[in-house]
Amino acid sequence: MDGIMSYFSSLDPMSFVTALPGNIAQGVIWGLMALGVFITYKLLNFADLSVDGSFATGGAVTAIMLINGVPVWIALIVAVLAGIAAGLVTGLLHTLLGIPDILAGILTQIALYSINLNIMGKSNLPISYRNYDLVISASSINKAIIIGLCIAAIVIIAMYWYFGTEQGSTIRSTGSNPAMSKAQGINISVAKVIALALSNGLVALSGSLFAQYQGFSDINMGRGAIVIGLAAVIIGQVLGEALFRKHMNFIIRLIFVIVGGILYYIAMGIVLWLKMPTDDTKLFTAVIVAIFLAVPYLQKKSKTSFKKLAKNNAKALNAEDNKNA
Amino acid sequence: MLEIKEVYKTFNKGTVNEKCALNGLNLILNDGDFCTVIGGNGAGKSTMLNAIAGVWPVDSGAIIIDGKDVSALPEHKRASYLGRVFQDPMTGTVADMEIAENLAIAARRGKKRGLSWGVKASEKEKFREMLKEFDLGLEDRMTNKVGLLSGGQRQAITLLMATIQKPKLLLLDEHTAALDPRTAAKVLELSDKIISENNLTALMVTHNMKDAITHGNRLIMMSEGKIILDISGEEKKKLTVENLLEKFEQVSGSKLENDRMLLSD
Repeated sequence: MDGIMSYFSSLDPMSFVTALPGNIAQGVIWGLMALGVFITYKLLNFADLSVDGSFATGGAVTAIMLINGVPVWIALIVAVLAGIAAGLVTGLLHTLLGIPDILAGILTQIALYSINLNIMGKSNLPISYRNYDLVISASSINKAIIIGLCIAAIVIIAMYWYFGTEQGSTIRSTGSNPAMSKAQGINISVAKVIALALSNGLVALSGSLFAQYQGFSDINMGRGAIVIGLAAVIIGQVLGEALFRKHMNFIIRLIFVIVGGILYYIAMGIVLWLKMPTDDTKLFTAVIVAIFLAVPYLQKKSKTSFKKLAKNNAKALNAEDNKNA
Repeated sequence: MLEIKEVYKTFNKGTVNEKCALNGLNLILNDGDFCTVIGGNGAGKSTMLNAIAGVWPVDSGAIIIDGKDVSALPEHKRASYLGRVFQDPMTGTVADMEIAENLAIAARRGKKRGLSWGVKASEKEKFREMLKEFDLGLEDRMTNKVGLLSGGQRQAITLLMATIQKPKLLLLDEHTAALDPRTAAKVLELSDKIISENNLTALMVTHNMKDAITHGNRLIMMSEGKIILDISGEEKKKLTVENLLEKFEQVSGSKLENDRMLLSD
């Protein structure tokens, strides 16, 4: 009992509040990554695991270019291009060589591990805000949040526009109904490759920003990125649908991906504040994602299920028996 | 308009499941022909339509549409010549997209899809007019997701999508088979109307002998990957289910033992 009391008295509400802005900033940056996951997972219906690699690629390219004296904006653009290239590889493995989607992504991811090491030359490169001009940094968190939100707004508007165009529509129709798309003259291989390239470009952008934010690029920074991305997408979707129901349109869906990212990092902040060991954070992430993936399914099931039917029938039978007796 | 020359297609070659689906198929459709296709299960009706659409390459032979050999073109490139409606109402439309968006995708079949807006305002007006003619009340639901529509409504949308740009050839693959009788009749009536108004060349697979007789100007019967009966003109107009069965027995030397074809009316 004493142990529990002292545990609770050791929790400092203020420390949670002071950590909050940092959580929000990280949530926004990872929300951008989740927008990339949204393109593949939600629009293209393609479980792309290459993002774990391309996220780190974004950080690696940014770090090595900064260290070599390249201006940060150029480093950012090259990082995005590197991510696009990674997405192209996954897309071509899948469409030209017929490798199933998950395997194609895993192959790219594992290949990128070596490529990222080659880019950086070692497993960790520091890029402190003291030595470099950075777009975003944890040293001034409020500024980081504002810049992060501005970039997110630009990306969301660009995505809203692109997926409303003729070309963007082909990606949505390919993901939803490939047979119809082919019958309407859409080259679904091209649509898939474009979507994967755009998605991984966005993921690399996020990786670049995250490396700048934390002040270093690390070979392992993308590990489990896909799960965090999925967490943001799904948390955002569940929450958005609860709030907006039928009025949930495309732009709200995109905004709620970022909201999902922020909520995920606040949840992580709570976990750390409760002094759970940091070793367990990935376990915690997996549990969150599992819960949010299960919620829509269980909701549907609670409305109509064999068990419920059996229970209702048994109840009706009982009532009848009681009446007869 | 369509010429199929000596087309062969065998599935699962070299395995115990080997099936010769098209066995030296020949067919010539004239401009404006509305040809119905009947035959037992496994006769090769749907396979013929898939061969024309390029779902897979045929083993040998040529498929010529409007004077152009399309046999070597992949499915999405042949799409510019074809309008297709499938048996499953789910296949022809994108459930997650609005009615207008689906129509807009079809309106760009065979054209370059660039970065201009997916559904233009001027198009919407055109779509509304077209839907109005269908008389299904869909013109007021243009921003509804297609997934909210019934099977019959989805088939009607697919029909409009298939013909929104006049195709060289319209392929209807048992497109009313999954619908209830009343909806099926309505969709068939729409098909008739669209085909005659636009003077389309069409192939319609059906398992319903009566429909095959009453619609179109030509009827072909398939068996074992070949056409065994080809009736058109005055002869077709006089056709009844009874003498069609008789003819089948004469040609194939066996009784037609396909309950699905015989029982449905």
